[in-house]
Amino acid sequence: MLYRENGQFKTSYQADQQVFPIAQDRIGIWLLVAFAAIGVPLLADEYLFRAILIPFLILSLAALGLNILVGYCGQISLGTGAFMAVGAYAAYNFMVRIDGMPVLAALLLGGVCATVVGVLFGIPSLRIKGLYLAVATLAAQFFVDWAFLRIKWFTNNSSSGSVSVANLNVFGIPIDTPQAKYLFCLGFLVVFALAAKNLVRSHIGREWMAIRDMDVAASVIGIRPVYAKLSAFAVSSFIVGVAGALWGFVHLGSWEPAAFSIDRSFQLLFMIIIGGLGSIMGSFFGAAFIVMLPVFLNQVLPLLGGMVGVNIDTATIAHTELMIFGALIVFFLIVEPHGLARLWSIGKEKLRLWPFPH
Amino acid sequence: MGFFLETLLGGLMTGMLYSLVALGFVLIFKASGVFNFAQGAMVLLAALAMARFSEWFPQWLGFDNKLLGNVLAFVAALAMMVVVAWLVEKLVLGKLVNQEGITLLMATLGIAYFMDGAGQTLFGSDIYKIDVGLPKDPLFLFDKVFEGGVLVNKEDLYAAAIAATLVALLSLFFQKTATGRALRAVADDHQAAQSIGIPLNRIWVIVWSVAGFVALVAGIIWGSKLGVQFSLSLVALKALPVVILGGLTSVPGAIIGGLIIGMGEKLSEVYIGSQIGGGIEIWFGYVLVLFVLLVRPQGLFGEKIIDRV
Repeated sequence: MLYRENGQFKTSYQADQQVFPIAQDRIGIWLLVAFAAIGVPLLADEYLFRAILIPFLILSLAALGLNILVGYCGQISLGTGAFMAVGAYAAYNFMVRIDGMPVLAALLLGGVCATVVGVLFGIPSLRIKGLYLAVATLAAQFFVDWAFLRIKWFTNNSSSGSVSVANLNVFGIPIDTPQAKYLFCLGFLVVFALAAKNLVRSHIGREWMAIRDMDVAASVIGIRPVYAKLSAFAVSSFIVGVAGALWGFVHLGSWEPAAFSIDRSFQLLFMIIIGGLGSIMGSFFGAAFIVMLPVFLNQVLPLLGGMVGVNIDTATIAHTELMIFGALIVFFLIVEPHGLARLWSIGKEKLRLWPFPH
Repeated sequence: MGFFLETLLGGLMTGMLYSLVALGFVLIFKASGVFNFAQGAMVLLAALAMARFSEWFPQWLGFDNKLLGNVLAFVAALAMMVVVAWLVEKLVLGKLVNQEGITLLMATLGIAYFMDGAGQTLFGSDIYKIDVGLPKDPLFLFDKVFEGGVLVNKEDLYAAAIAATLVALLSLFFQKTATGRALRAVADDHQAAQSIGIPLNRIWVIVWSVAGFVALVAGIIWGSKLGVQFSLSLVALKALPVVILGGLTSVPGAIIGGLIIGMGEKLSEVYIGSQIGGGIEIWFGYVLVLFVLLVRPQGLFGEKIIDRV
């Protein structure tokens, strides 16, 4: 009853083209952002921040970046972890090597470096397609892993490639409490999500989607594949790189190349597939699902074991987690191959017509 | 010269083992268009089953004969892989017909997680031994030609021979039997194959079973070399560039790709790696593939990709 667009007449092109054309959506999103910025820091405890909220924010940012490449431009990438690593280590180098480097600038410059590497490894996409491309992007993953482990200059001559940053502060405000970290990441996420949403609605976003749907046809109607594919790689790697820098700087504090291994790449790909390819909203759903599932299983399995009187040891829990994780992924793919975002939009459609079926 | 030959031969042997895993990928991709990321997990699962069954059967049945134990374990592990193939078809792939390649790829990743978890829950997660009597002692070749000769691991020689036999058998199976013809027909065109009465579901079960069999053989050889443990499932990542280099649809491609990458890896590690910090084995195959794909986007022996609008 509340979710109706009756009576909301558009009187200007601007009103017709806004991101959320329905007033209830606009109010809802403002309330959500306000709750995330004000309500959550007051309510959540430290464990919640560290284990769920901050990883969720950063990984949804990375998933957002990956979704631009895979979901909107149709170029499968298994090298996301590598681009995150480039962002993190580049930002670290800017921080260490340049005196008085502002954190914000270092993070963004890390993103810029990831962009360069991303475009470099994106060049093969002009000739290679589909699964062949997916494996080719693994080259980025393994090469970058190796480079940060073996080339000492990148890690400021630290052994085993582990580095750390401390005393972050932005415009004089220290980022040391979980609340501050959370708000910092939230700020990044909101800005980038808004930018991404508008980018995919613009002419460049439409070019990406045309390339995704059929690249030969797209080039026939005058879309330059080189420009479209490489720009998707650039934008995607920039966002992913910033996310990687945040993951290192804010979430981990000190990290080594293993933090951005191939598992991270798969994890991000799972997020966007379960959340929904080609959907900004889907990136958030997917990230929430993948971040919370292991935490949830970790809490629930011992309880279940206790109920039936079986004492489950940690190794079994880890293996059962793997099994349930795998089974759930398959289950979701079978039930809704278009992801959670599709379920969400179906739900909204139903709500608009409720209580009538059609 | 002796050292060069030794490295070269070592590389070729390793390459043969890579192609053994790569074969599994190619078989499934050819018959169903699924890029099976679970191949590594299948290798681990099969090897775990083999290792534990060969330990358990003598205990349960109360005999003390290693050969009999191994044979029984092999049969049991093979039966398990067939059941796994049937389950995969029934529960996963059968429900995902006509989905896009990436969705299927993700589904096989899900299967891989499940198999990793299930295998270690059922069979335990320690390091286990497989002993099928492959000889471990080294062998010296050409000791008349060079001083010291060329050192070759006998185990590797046997493994390479087994791999070659397996490839020959599979080629015969594909070319000469009725089932093999049906498999090739399905690979060519699902709908056409179905319309002349080839049952798709049964073909998929068969091809996953064959891939399971290949995984079992690969698991036994790798397992007796390195021990059976979780890291065994990572050999799939080493086999990926092999598949892509040879072409996703070519059985001979998998073999030749394996040989090229195995050889290139070892030679580059020894001659280039030592100068730039070592450990370049990890990415050498992938970077090589990247450059080959730039010239031939379908791999060396893959079917030519034709774009139609």
